[in-house]
Amino acid sequence: MSFLNPAVAKWIIDAAYILVAFLFIMGLKRMSSPVTARGGILWAGLGMLIATLVTFLAPAMMPTAAQHAATNLALVIAAIAVGGALAWWSGRRVAMTNMPQMIALYNGMGGGAAAAIAAVELYKGGDRGLAFTTLAVLGGLIGSVSFAGSGIAFGKLQGLIKRSLRFRGQQFLNVLILGGGIILGGLVATGVDASPGVVTAFFALALILGITMTLPIGGADMPVVISLYNALTGLAVAFEGFVLNNAAMIIAGTVVGSAGTLLTQLMAKAMNRSLSNVLFSGFGDTGGAATGEVKGSQKPIEASDAGVMMAFAQKVIIVPGYGMAVAQAQHKVWELAQLLQQRGVTVKFAIHPVAGRMPGHMNVLLAEAGVPYDLIADIEEVNAEFETTDVALIIGANDVVNPVARSDKSSPIYGMPILNADKARNVIVIKRGQGQGFSGIENALFYLDNTRMLYGDAQGAVNQLIHAVKSVA
Amino acid sequence: MIDGVIAIYIFMLAAFTGYEVIARVPVILHTPLMSGSNFVHGIVLVGAMFALFQAESRLEQVIGFIGVVLAAGNAVGGYVVTERMLEMFKASGQRKPAGGQH
Repeated sequence: MSFLNPAVAKWIIDAAYILVAFLFIMGLKRMSSPVTARGGILWAGLGMLIATLVTFLAPAMMPTAAQHAATNLALVIAAIAVGGALAWWSGRRVAMTNMPQMIALYNGMGGGAAAAIAAVELYKGGDRGLAFTTLAVLGGLIGSVSFAGSGIAFGKLQGLIKRSLRFRGQQFLNVLILGGGIILGGLVATGVDASPGVVTAFFALALILGITMTLPIGGADMPVVISLYNALTGLAVAFEGFVLNNAAMIIAGTVVGSAGTLLTQLMAKAMNRSLSNVLFSGFGDTGGAATGEVKGSQKPIEASDAGVMMAFAQKVIIVPGYGMAVAQAQHKVWELAQLLQQRGVTVKFAIHPVAGRMPGHMNVLLAEAGVPYDLIADIEEVNAEFETTDVALIIGANDVVNPVARSDKSSPIYGMPILNADKARNVIVIKRGQGQGFSGIENALFYLDNTRMLYGDAQGAVNQLIHAVKSVA
Repeated sequence: MIDGVIAIYIFMLAAFTGYEVIARVPVILHTPLMSGSNFVHGIVLVGAMFALFQAESRLEQVIGFIGVVLAAGNAVGGYVVTERMLEMFKASGQRKPAGGQH
């Protein structure tokens, strides 16, 4: 691209990046309202397209890279083709229920890319100023942690990693690793020893830190963690943006960093837990074997009886949880709700902010099934209504309706706002078996006098309910 | 580098912007928005492209290549899943008025 004057190329790229930053911010703004959300991603997508295309002009402003120009250009095109095609293929195929781990995976890739940029710059060496190397090191550290941590989060949610690894002195070990990473990073940043060996050791420690930090965190906390890593990747991208003198990366990365931090706080607040609590105390550590002592027994119910109960109810509130997602039962659930509506039953969906594996996860699934917005209520709107509700139908939800969160101070979920399903006149719980939920905490709701258990996977059980309601006629 | 003070200004203003843009988002959009912001930091792709364009040694080329692959995955994957989610939201937001006419 030697026909292009370096100054002109730089001008075009800079101008395009301003437009890109504008499109990103407008896109995010539009994505924060349901009415304009669809347009939002299109705006942001257009921004990304412009940014990518215009960056192909970059070699014109780099006189030094001429010797490898052709090879590097071919490598860039090949890499975009490979990464883009794989992501396109996987993103198209993934089921809506598996969305959280896919987001974790793509996010981790972004963190890895930021770390790769840092690695390229740091291996290059040379004296380029303390601010430059410090930001490169910081971005590399954060990006590596986000990369490795998101990978672990993906593995956990995908079911590849079953148990949460916890042992005594784990926090101490993490602090040691972090300390080692900071020392090595300091050596590199200050130029005391920026040899390739030290740089390599620095990145190795950062990756290990990401793994050891994430392994002890329970699956129920993963949404918060994914959101945190999302914010961290944004920050890493911003830091590498400073390193590369790239305004689009600085602005987009920082916007995501702060928006992601806010989102993380909102999620942690919805679970009534502080961020440090999520990160540094393994879920369930406080309770031990003592939790799970609940008096009474679980009382089963036949689907036909449950169907009759709902068919003659005035008001039914449906509480979906991860069990509905796993069984892909959202379409059946909506079919059941419509049947009840035709009989004159008032039907509402009550969504806990952290139901499923990610805030809003249930909303996405219900939207997929075609449930209109006005039937979906969140915790503040709906909690007072349970007392006037004939049947609360719990579909694969557990911790978010566990009344011990209100009463039992020793419980790990004590203080978490819950849906007051236990206040309904009748509670029907669809559950696969008698075992404990994801968090491993016994649910007192299942043992109440007004609760009946309908065992089975959500899809099958809801199907039986549909038949039962139909046969009432 | 962009002049130090200017850089801090950009950083600060962008941080406020991100906060304000998200501040009033309803819970129903948390997942799509996390996904959308995940897509936006896919802009790391342009940085990875710069790094690979400037690569001078085999090692730099290998790391740069990996960086661009990962970044392209972030950008494309983030776009695809966000678009898929928000497409459904559009449908449910506009189904009711449309349904009334049919």
